[in-house]
Amino acid sequence: MRHIISILIENESGALSRVSGLFSARGYNIESLTVAPTEDPSLSRMTIVSIGSDDIIEQITKQLNKLIDIVKVVDLSEAAHIERELMLVKVRAAGKDREEMKRVADIFRGRIIDVTESSYVIELTGNTAKMGAFLDAIDSSLILETVRTGVCGIGRGDRILKV
Amino acid sequence: MFRVKPGNDGLKTMQLTGAEIVIRCLQEEKVDHVFGYPGGSVLFIYDELFKQDQIKHILVRHEQAAVHAADAYSRSSDKIGVCLVTSGPGVTNAVTGIATAYMDSIPLVVLSGQVPTHYIGQDAFQEADTVGITRPCVKHNFLVKDVKDLAVTIKKAFYLAKTGRPGPVLVDIPKDITAQKCEFHYPKSIAMRSYNPVVKGHTGQIKKAVQLLLEAKRPMIYTGGGVILSDAADKLIKLTRLLGFPITQTLMGLGAYPATDRQFLGMLGMHGTYEANMAMQDCDVLIAIGARFDDRVIGNPDHFGRNPRKIIHIDIDPSSISKRVKVDVPIVGNVPDVLDEILKQIEAANGKPDAKALATWWQQIEEWRGVHCLKYKMGEDVIMPQYVVEKLYEVTGGDAFITSDVGQHQMFAAQYYKFDKPRRWINSGGLGTMGFGLPAAMGVRFANPKAPVACITGEASIQMCIQELSTCKQFRLPVKIINLNNGYLGMVRQWQQMFHGNRYAESYVDALPDFVKLAEAYGHVGIKVEKPADVEPALKEAFVKHKNELVFLDFIINPEANVFPMVAAGKGLSEMILAEEL
Repeated sequence: MRHIISILIENESGALSRVSGLFSARGYNIESLTVAPTEDPSLSRMTIVSIGSDDIIEQITKQLNKLIDIVKVVDLSEAAHIERELMLVKVRAAGKDREEMKRVADIFRGRIIDVTESSYVIELTGNTAKMGAFLDAIDSSLILETVRTGVCGIGRGDRILKV
Repeated sequence: MFRVKPGNDGLKTMQLTGAEIVIRCLQEEKVDHVFGYPGGSVLFIYDELFKQDQIKHILVRHEQAAVHAADAYSRSSDKIGVCLVTSGPGVTNAVTGIATAYMDSIPLVVLSGQVPTHYIGQDAFQEADTVGITRPCVKHNFLVKDVKDLAVTIKKAFYLAKTGRPGPVLVDIPKDITAQKCEFHYPKSIAMRSYNPVVKGHTGQIKKAVQLLLEAKRPMIYTGGGVILSDAADKLIKLTRLLGFPITQTLMGLGAYPATDRQFLGMLGMHGTYEANMAMQDCDVLIAIGARFDDRVIGNPDHFGRNPRKIIHIDIDPSSISKRVKVDVPIVGNVPDVLDEILKQIEAANGKPDAKALATWWQQIEEWRGVHCLKYKMGEDVIMPQYVVEKLYEVTGGDAFITSDVGQHQMFAAQYYKFDKPRRWINSGGLGTMGFGLPAAMGVRFANPKAPVACITGEASIQMCIQELSTCKQFRLPVKIINLNNGYLGMVRQWQQMFHGNRYAESYVDALPDFVKLAEAYGHVGIKVEKPADVEPALKEAFVKHKNELVFLDFIINPEANVFPMVAAGKGLSEMILAEEL
């Protein structure tokens, strides 16, 4: 099962390595990991996507809670939540492909944020499935480069992760 | 401005250097012994140690020994062991000791020197990424980058080491920080928003546990190092006697319940007794207290899970619960607090266990006990290792502090020395560190200056920290070294005999030193013992005649002796191999 684990962690040097070290030391898997400071600069918010059985995910959250720098851990996927990821794709956009690429980007509500005579950079946000769907929809031989932020997520409604 | 009290000459406001602050912090924590080894990065700290006499520094001969000694100092007392090492190799040498303490959840504060802050990252002389190297084997670690943070960081280190699930905490201090000055203020207490260990157990869960215990037909109590670490032995004894249940303990838990009591079934696990392992497998209600269902304890978890039983698990660390074995009633909390609540609830309910079922259960257990799984054959010519431990138990009246290294001798010590009190059995259970025994015996002796201390070891393990014979001489530590010398890496040889077709790959220790001469070279007493009849007299000579000296007793034992019973790795608890002749 795929889980999205959200963490509030003291914004201190080495904090990230404590988390990534825990995952590698215990053989847990990380699909993606994003981290940035919150509105309170002393805290960082981290989102980790991991795949594992319920037992493993339970151990992961317990082990994360044990890290001294970690303030809170929540498994977002336990209840209603929103997840978003940002992807930048550089594609070849010349000749007949140019118009088609613009059209597909529009369908996916992507924005073209850099233009040259022969290429576009398309910015796309959405969940992981949407990113995949977009890449499937365009001719893969036209893809020059892709970069993704990894998933960040937030609970819906009253589910709030705050100190 | 904050005021500090320097000595007795009144209140003065003053700026202290980082090095002075380190010493002041240790004094505030009532630290009386620091185990360490000086070097370039910690020179300012050593200079301040030199200028005072409240804290005694124990100079070891290798940093690994400093950590083991501080660790055993913790294990054998209610204090926190402290060690001080220099940067680079000082720290890397200490890592084995730190990892040993981490695996057994021993509270420890390690202070390490670091190259000056502006050198960090430049591959400076004796630079190592200490925080990075030690991160996976500490409860937490810190790099102090500002002298103003030093005192509060050391306070945090002591607080973290001792509270919650204990563990080693390292504070890395760059050299320039120890020279810079700031006002000294030692916080009285610490609150951390990210760290709030649970103390009390959940009342509802405890209620469920009490009900299960009172309804049990074949109950079993299984306890580990957590009972000893949390000083809960008295409460455990009270509960066990009140219920009349059988009790077993892990290697780390020995001594929490008196081994000479009838309710005690001996140690369980890979080399546990027949009765303890059988009862563990066959019970219908199991209460696990401060133990973690380790692979050496329950064997194959699938095999263990075959028998239906209800499990109650008390532990301060939520991640220990349902890690290897699913439990029915998890109780997260400090063991003595939870045991208190259980006792209270049993008394309030005026609850009594099912006496009839219990009697039948005990009958079954006595049958298992009748197998006498620890009996061994004793010849007239060759010393059996079990016999040495039995005689040691007799000669010391069962009241000595026993440290050990790792291997067959460690198991013989655990099986045949009956520990009646907590904190008397000091060994590296989790990491299994050879070389632990001798420095550990030093730490025990500093924490318990009058107590008899013996280190049960083997000719292979003892050589891993043998240099500490020199430290023992310097500090006149009358440790008795019980060297069970079989000329083999005994446990390795046993596995090779049983599982690798008698191919003794590299398990024979050739070219051994003359241990008697070696002991004498360090200024100690050495005695070689080769006949069973000489065992007891030699032990008496060591503990009586040479009471105040270190005695190295080199027992030449049967090289083929094996540890039984045995549950082979990956097998189930009830699939024991008993001694060959049984």
